[in-house]
Amino acid sequence: MTVDRDAARDQSVRTSPGSGVVSLREATLAYGQRVLWSGLDLDVQPGEFVAVLGPNGSGKTSLLRVLLGLRPLTSGSVRVVGEPPGRGNQRIGYVPQQRAMEESLVLRGRDLVGLGLDGHRWGIGLRGMRARRERVDAALAAVGARDFADAPVGRLSGGEQQRLRVAQALVSDPEVLLCDEPLLSLDLANQQVVSSLIDARRRAANTAVLFVTHEINPVLPLVDRVLYLVDGRFRIGRPDEVMTAETLSELYRATIDVVRVGGQIHVVGAQSGLCEQSSHHHLQDEERA
Amino acid sequence: MDKLFDLELTVELLGFPFVRTALVAAAILGLLAGVLGPLIVSRNMAFAVHGTSELSFTGGAAALLLGVNVGHGALAGAVVAALVLGLLSRRSSEHDSVIGAVLAFGLGVGVLLLWFYPGRASNKFGLLVGQIVSVDFASLALLGACAVAVLLVLLVIYRPLLFASVDPEVAKARGVPTGPLSLVFAVLVGVATALGVQTVGALLVLALMITPAAAACRITANPLRATVLAVVFAEVSAVGGIVFSLAPGAPVSAFVTAISFCIYLVCWTVSLARGRRRGVATPAGAVPAAPR
Repeated sequence: MTVDRDAARDQSVRTSPGSGVVSLREATLAYGQRVLWSGLDLDVQPGEFVAVLGPNGSGKTSLLRVLLGLRPLTSGSVRVVGEPPGRGNQRIGYVPQQRAMEESLVLRGRDLVGLGLDGHRWGIGLRGMRARRERVDAALAAVGARDFADAPVGRLSGGEQQRLRVAQALVSDPEVLLCDEPLLSLDLANQQVVSSLIDARRRAANTAVLFVTHEINPVLPLVDRVLYLVDGRFRIGRPDEVMTAETLSELYRATIDVVRVGGQIHVVGAQSGLCEQSSHHHLQDEERA
Repeated sequence: MDKLFDLELTVELLGFPFVRTALVAAAILGLLAGVLGPLIVSRNMAFAVHGTSELSFTGGAAALLLGVNVGHGALAGAVVAALVLGLLSRRSSEHDSVIGAVLAFGLGVGVLLLWFYPGRASNKFGLLVGQIVSVDFASLALLGACAVAVLLVLLVIYRPLLFASVDPEVAKARGVPTGPLSLVFAVLVGVATALGVQTVGALLVLALMITPAAAACRITANPLRATVLAVVFAEVSAVGGIVFSLAPGAPVSAFVTAISFCIYLVCWTVSLARGRRRGVATPAGAVPAAPR
């Protein structure tokens, strides 16, 4: 993957664009007076796994919306696979939050994956049915979802649904995978299944991964770099650079402890939004209090 | 009422051109309803269809009073209703209340318009319970043209529309214009509803637009198969309803709703029986094994 440097040069910013698959320069996003983040420079390389962390409302999901072309930047420039973000770029895969699908939904797993391949195209898609079926089958097999591919999606477990989500995002062979809290509400076993599927893909196909999460531990062994957003401020770096008491205390402007237990990182003392989904964090807080 | 079904009389009546016209109209309507139905069910739009059909009644009543073609009035009413409902209820949380408010007002206006109308009462009644036997060639041509237009538009937007209906968040992320699509779909539904209002009537349009699709969605999760089944169910209900209503001279709508509801009950029972079997087959809460 190389970025066309001429095409990537932005009209408003003179700084030269980077070589990343995802490239942000002096990027600012604000809702009215409220600045989510500003001056954000980020280059995500092919095959790199970047975790986007931060409390609720820090603009993690909004960053993905910018990259998907659903929201313009307030200022600065952004390139995704060498182009300004536009709607429906085939080279971007997207895995949404795990949300229970209605049990009555008239949709099978293979339909969900198939829509990820060509659901955005006009027409009913009668041409190329055979090739389409093969690609969908391959994507289903890659996530181990063939056994339940013909069942109604609404009747599958959260883990099974999320595996289908990964297949849906990967079936179009994306160069960037954008994940919005894909492990939320999954149990530990399924968190591991889903994150290892994503990891396997980026190793096999050199896909860049931008992984929004409020909880780094399930993906900690996979993370190359962390983008930590707090209240308009941010830090980018390796996990052991960013996830330290000094850096996080500076980011939060409060005293933060970082505890390492058994290969996991626990952030203690930040506002509850940081780790509200994780019960063992609260236990840890109580133990220290 | 001693004989509800008289074969000889039915066959004799089937020979009349106006009956044949009615059957063609019902077949066209069944096709439209069957094709649109599964998408309506997926999008939870049953109440919107109901609202659109009531407002199409208002349009028809206005046309009756003004002395213009009632069919055109119903069509105009339904399209305006679909656009208004589509624009007013962008947020799904207030969808139902918006429809309820607009629907009640529209019905009130329709009743007032009918009160102003000095003509025959059966014309008024026809708008509510349907008058398929009164379909003439001109309205059949309008019905056919509208059906072709709806199906053509649907052919173009089907895939992204399905995507937006069953998986809106990812569809949006993949660049599907979900907002404009839902507006276009609302208009398609409005047109089909208006056509239904003239045959089975405003009160019973749900019997064709919703019930066959709801029945189909009970027994399959394959969107394509659900569409085919919905078309079959809708055709059986619409055409069968007319045939059965001929001999007793009873209102068509009574038979259409009865047949479609029976189909629904059968499908519901089948899905219940299947669900019980499946419940035994797969233990709940099993953690799937990691893929190779």
